[in-house]
Amino acid sequence: MTAIVEIENLGKTYKDGLTALRGVNLTIAAGEILALLGPNGAGKTTLISALCGITTPTGGRASIGGHDILRDWRAARRLVGLVPQEVALDPFDRVIDAVRFTRGLFGKGRDEALIEHILRRLSLWDKRHARSRELSGGMKRRVLIAKALCHEPKVLFLDEPTAGVDVELRRDMWEVVRGLKESGVTIILTTHYIEEAEAMADRVAVIDGGEILLVEDKADLMRRLGRKTLRIELGAPVAAVPDALADYALELTAGGHTLLYHYHTRGERTGITRLLQALAREGISLRDIETRQSSLEEIFVDLLREGAR
Amino acid sequence: MNLHAIRAIYLYEMKRFFRTIFESLLSPVISTTLYFVVFGAAIGGRIEEVEGVSYGAFIVPGLIMLSVMTQAISNASFGIYLPKFIGTIYELLSAPVNFFEIVLGYVGAAATKSLLIGGVILLTAGLFVDLDIRHPAVMLAFLVMICVSFSLFGFIIGIWAENFQQLQLVPLLVVTPLVFLGGAFYSVSMLPPAWQVVTLFNPVVYLISGFRWSFFGVADVPVGWSLLAIGIFLALCLAVVWWIFRTGYRIKA
Repeated sequence: MTAIVEIENLGKTYKDGLTALRGVNLTIAAGEILALLGPNGAGKTTLISALCGITTPTGGRASIGGHDILRDWRAARRLVGLVPQEVALDPFDRVIDAVRFTRGLFGKGRDEALIEHILRRLSLWDKRHARSRELSGGMKRRVLIAKALCHEPKVLFLDEPTAGVDVELRRDMWEVVRGLKESGVTIILTTHYIEEAEAMADRVAVIDGGEILLVEDKADLMRRLGRKTLRIELGAPVAAVPDALADYALELTAGGHTLLYHYHTRGERTGITRLLQALAREGISLRDIETRQSSLEEIFVDLLREGAR
Repeated sequence: MNLHAIRAIYLYEMKRFFRTIFESLLSPVISTTLYFVVFGAAIGGRIEEVEGVSYGAFIVPGLIMLSVMTQAISNASFGIYLPKFIGTIYELLSAPVNFFEIVLGYVGAAATKSLLIGGVILLTAGLFVDLDIRHPAVMLAFLVMICVSFSLFGFIIGIWAENFQQLQLVPLLVVTPLVFLGGAFYSVSMLPPAWQVVTLFNPVVYLISGFRWSFFGVADVPVGWSLLAIGIFLALCLAVVWWIFRTGYRIKA
């Protein structure tokens, strides 16, 4: 993997003593989508702000495309596009002017063909002469994305791109982001929606209290930390879990029709064989068996609980 | 140097000006006309010549200065305050531009706007009185320096201000009184002796005096002092802007 963003021991302590980042280490590969997942106040936005130059880190170092964000800031920033969390647009500004402005700000000359291409891709072309106050919330977010893309960045930071956006628009946004990845842009998105990380990310970094708790391939993470639940539908309802099965911590639900067994996929043995044999010994007949993978959300909650301990 | 960025900021700010060109130019023109009607015709008719200049013509430099100063401050302060207020400042901070380039874009645009307004007022004044400008090059130089330094001053106010009230505070409470008491409508020599001394502590006296000298060749204070005063003011503003740049005061956490 070629690293495009390298963060070493990055720290941020504000003047009032609040520490927002505690020695963050993270390497982001070119072309991947990394989801930075964490609760509110975890340090997600501070990390992005520090990388983009909005706040100055107080410790450690970071580089983008090999350019140190402080020493070689111009070269680093030229590679970066940022879509902020809050929708911030001049209400009287026209869409196309706003996009042209950003391109100029990032040191690029006019390129109307590229701007047309970006606006068309984001379904904004028909609205190019509209003032931003005339646009819907979703459209405004698209304008922010268009602005962030108009200087052809290699790395795109999306700070909570779907916060406060309705479900349909969210899925729409995911499509846009996937399309960007295909065009070769590296994407770092922060979110506190697990669903979003699950749907889009290649890797997930969990951040809390200004620290990266873990970084892992999304599928690996789900496999490694994933709990599974075995749902056993019984041929005939039972009144209680037989004493002989007490070791398995079974849950009896659906009025005695169903037994639930929780196990870890990473465990040496899952205990399923022994459980099924024990059920047979007790003379319990089974109608159906089903397993279910725990979601990233459940993993996340577990992680934060561990972190708190 | 990110020239594209300076150009983008400059054009963006100028566009804001031209979007409201009518309002931008109409109000200075109307207020100048009002001053002429009141001071020039109604009252001025009863005032003899001041230092060999008809009263109507005498107030022209002061009137231009009043409008140019307030316009430079309000344009520049609003220009940089707006991105802070609506949140688009993130873009300036994350772009490959340094503070110097940002200042150049905003202050350049505000200075251009106020220069345009100064020109329009001069033309309007020409409709009411005969203007014979003795030192046109010096006049232009003064005007440009005042546009630039007061735009810088406005930029500082825009960075400092945390709400719209503060944005209005300095122009209203400091600049307007200093201009009115700075000899915009009278010659310092018309004041009682004690006040003639007090008034020399008003920096605007030097600016108006120098500017008036470029028109009529008469001044309250030597023109060299006027140049020195504007130079000091410019240097002060630059120093503060440099300090803001070093510390990220009120723009960067």
